[in-house]
Amino acid sequence: MTRTLEITLNGRHRADDVPENLLLLNYLRDVAGLTGTKTGCDGGECGACTVLVDGEPKLSCLTLAHTVMHRAVETIEGLGADGTLSAAQRGFHEKLGSQCGYCTPGFVMATVGLLRRNPTPDDDEIRAGLGGNICRCTGYVKIIEAVRLAARLAAQGVPP
Amino acid sequence: MPPGSRRKACPHDRAETAERFAMNRIQPTRTIGSYVPMVDGPDKVSGRAKYTADIATAPGTLAARIFRSPYAHAEILSVDIAEALKVTGVRAIITGADCDRTFGVLPIARSEHPLARDKVRYRGEPVAAVAAVDDESAKAAVALIRMTVRELPAYFTATEALAPDAARIHERKRGNLEREVTFEIGDVAQGFAEADLVDEGSYHCPEVCQNQMETHAAIASYEAAAGHLTVHATTQTPHYVHLMMAHVMEMPMEKIRIVKPHIGGGFGARTETLNVELIAALLARRTNGTVRIVLSREETFITHRGRPESHILLKIGMRKDGRITGVHCECIQRGGAHSGYGVVTILYAGSLLYALYDLRAVRYSGKRVLTNTPPAGAFRGHGTVNVRFAFENLLDRMAKTLGLDPLAVRRANLLTAPTFTGNDLMVNSYGLPECIDWVERKSGWKERKGKLPRGKGLGFACSHYVSGASKSVNPDGDPNATVKIRLDVDGTINVLCGAAEIGQGSTTVLTQVVAEVLGLDLARIRFITGDSDAAPKDTGSYSSRVTFQVGNAALDAAHQLKTILISAAARKLEANPDDIECLGEHYRAAAQDRGLPLADVASEATRDGKPIVVTGNYSTIRESHGGKKYLGAAIGGTMGFSYSAQVVEVSVDEDTGRITVDRVWVAHDCGKALNRLTVEGQVQGSVWMGMGQAMSEESAYHDGLMLTSNMLDYRIPTIVDSPDIEVGIIESHDPHGPFGAKEAGEGSLAAFLPALANAIDDAIGIRFENLPMTPDRVFGAIEKQRRSGRR
Repeated sequence: MTRTLEITLNGRHRADDVPENLLLLNYLRDVAGLTGTKTGCDGGECGACTVLVDGEPKLSCLTLAHTVMHRAVETIEGLGADGTLSAAQRGFHEKLGSQCGYCTPGFVMATVGLLRRNPTPDDDEIRAGLGGNICRCTGYVKIIEAVRLAARLAAQGVPP
Repeated sequence: MPPGSRRKACPHDRAETAERFAMNRIQPTRTIGSYVPMVDGPDKVSGRAKYTADIATAPGTLAARIFRSPYAHAEILSVDIAEALKVTGVRAIITGADCDRTFGVLPIARSEHPLARDKVRYRGEPVAAVAAVDDESAKAAVALIRMTVRELPAYFTATEALAPDAARIHERKRGNLEREVTFEIGDVAQGFAEADLVDEGSYHCPEVCQNQMETHAAIASYEAAAGHLTVHATTQTPHYVHLMMAHVMEMPMEKIRIVKPHIGGGFGARTETLNVELIAALLARRTNGTVRIVLSREETFITHRGRPESHILLKIGMRKDGRITGVHCECIQRGGAHSGYGVVTILYAGSLLYALYDLRAVRYSGKRVLTNTPPAGAFRGHGTVNVRFAFENLLDRMAKTLGLDPLAVRRANLLTAPTFTGNDLMVNSYGLPECIDWVERKSGWKERKGKLPRGKGLGFACSHYVSGASKSVNPDGDPNATVKIRLDVDGTINVLCGAAEIGQGSTTVLTQVVAEVLGLDLARIRFITGDSDAAPKDTGSYSSRVTFQVGNAALDAAHQLKTILISAAARKLEANPDDIECLGEHYRAAAQDRGLPLADVASEATRDGKPIVVTGNYSTIRESHGGKKYLGAAIGGTMGFSYSAQVVEVSVDEDTGRITVDRVWVAHDCGKALNRLTVEGQVQGSVWMGMGQAMSEESAYHDGLMLTSNMLDYRIPTIVDSPDIEVGIIESHDPHGPFGAKEAGEGSLAAFLPALANAIDDAIGIRFENLPMTPDRVFGAIEKQRRSGRR
């Protein structure tokens, strides 16, 4: 069964007729064409598909698209403006919080969610905030540095 | 002398003064040795980077799914696809009957069919594949495929497979022995006789899997009219995929284009052609269209190619001053159902006993065994990690027995570079002593070791790795690496390079190498890679070869281009080339103040209207090709070894058995850090990956069925479990490395495992010889210790 899904995606209203059993992840990748959000596992194990729903990190692979009806969804493509990187993106780029980059969109979105809840997280709060995301490259040391830098940049007024 | 102070200015007018002043401030851009974020970083953090599954394909692209064997070992009697073919939307179904070619990375061991024929040898082996208009139809068809078999006895451990009455998994391999290697160099019995202490241990390291974040995927397109095949593959070795694709598809290489998009990690899982890209290609040809296949996480686990389960028996003789007098090592690896890199892995495990310490007498016996489990492969630190766990673990115990500082034991056995090891491996640079000094100082070893409260401990270990295997596994007589640079008439500088960027930063470091020689900003260099139509062949990203081998080829090409640019500038400035100074964006004659911007120099260099293409090559030298003292002694030969020393600090909760790694200090001799940021990132990632194997990761099976084929049961450390890892970069300036560089991406992995075991022993007096050191195992050992009253 197909129904109309109306959401605000990265600040823009959209309406799409999509199956009721469609996952938000597949809606974003296959319907909206936003492939920045990644599939890393068979469901809820890795965090690579993390997006923000009304500002809160959510695993899009465990979320039916229709359950976010009339809500605001933000993905990695919605960050930054006019070709500049956001604070979280700059943190991950400049501190090498991203190596292969596959987990990065999920980590960046989890970071944005964390910094909105807590603009000045300490290292334990960073660890707790990103505990649902797996990275296989970095050993996380530089991810923590990336989030610290992102918090500093956000405090200086760079959009998170 | 900095540019601008060369000679005193003598201005004729103000405009000229200003111009000269501006030019004198031009400096060549230098990035080598600094912290440089990755050139492809902005694409990755913005979601723009396209991985294979992200690539948009034309309408009409088919979705593929694989039917996999539910049997561990069976003779195939029939594969019935009749019902599956009736599913609406199905366009083709292929089985083993459709391809009789075998593949495998080693020319001597091509044992695998893209789809099983005659026999299946592990649970999950591909048997048939469906292409359909959408994924749902493909899945529905797979569910209707029926397979009838005659089950055969299956062997899930090396011991079972080696039993005298065991059936053969591959007809050509008697006793299920893929490869046996034995050597004795020096007199080990004599070495043990000279020892003050001979100790031995038995070590068990379960199988572990790379589990890179991106699942395997492939997109294959076939155009019957032109006979062209294009394959996008998640690979670290696009050229090997190209070779194997031509072999299996029975097509000439020039009809095949291999594209490597962004890759979500490799760690060795993708250093050989996998069945997934071959199956996609076979389906594309069958349907004369485009086929897209994206494996699930479970399927990616089963495709495997991880580190083999290893049983190691190690015996070391030592004098009371810590000098090692003899080594005896037996290693049995459970290789899984196909050959893969197996022969190389079992050879590495023996040959790289050497080149870390000065060993005079070594006896090695290795057995690589075929079993009915998914095929193992070349996991980061290929062949060395489990043996190093055993070696450094036993050294620590022997140091304790002899009352020696574990660091002093290592210092009593150092090599002196340049040298050749007992098995003829070339060692030209050797920063291990400085690595040991660094971690000793940073960890407060002298002040703190043995003085921490019970439950807290410090452990130490060393490791090393090759900077590229000197001999390719597919030797073809070509140089080890080739890089082209093209200077276009408009001044654009393109680097054409086949090295596979898989997240390790190869594109960044190779861009740096070229930019450094030319004195240019990194953004000035366009790097064209990942496409066999555009870039020269490159054997790929494995054995930590890229920085050393491809870096040297890039250096060669860049110097050639610089020479051409200097000649052009000299012509234009009517000066002697020897007097031309390259300032990156500007060239000038030393004796003149007027110079030329690079655009004008490029225009002069290409004045005949033809772009300039230079080809840089790099070939390893003969002396680095390893020895001939035993069959396979070339494995281990490299131009440069990296070295690593680590101190791990742990806390053990004796009520729960939970281990917390509080801190790691690691010093890595990478020759010269071309990019300190990426070197740190690689070293931290290696150490952490070692931590996963040491503490929680294990592929477990029940009758050949993988029980841990997801990221919850296969436990990778999260950010919550992971410690701070402080990296010390030691620069031994290798005489052959580009700018003196050696590898940084693998050598620090192995030392973590024994350093942790040694730290736990320091903390609670229990020495672990089996991995992983999980809380239940630690708790069990603590209980045993309590019952025996050893506390």
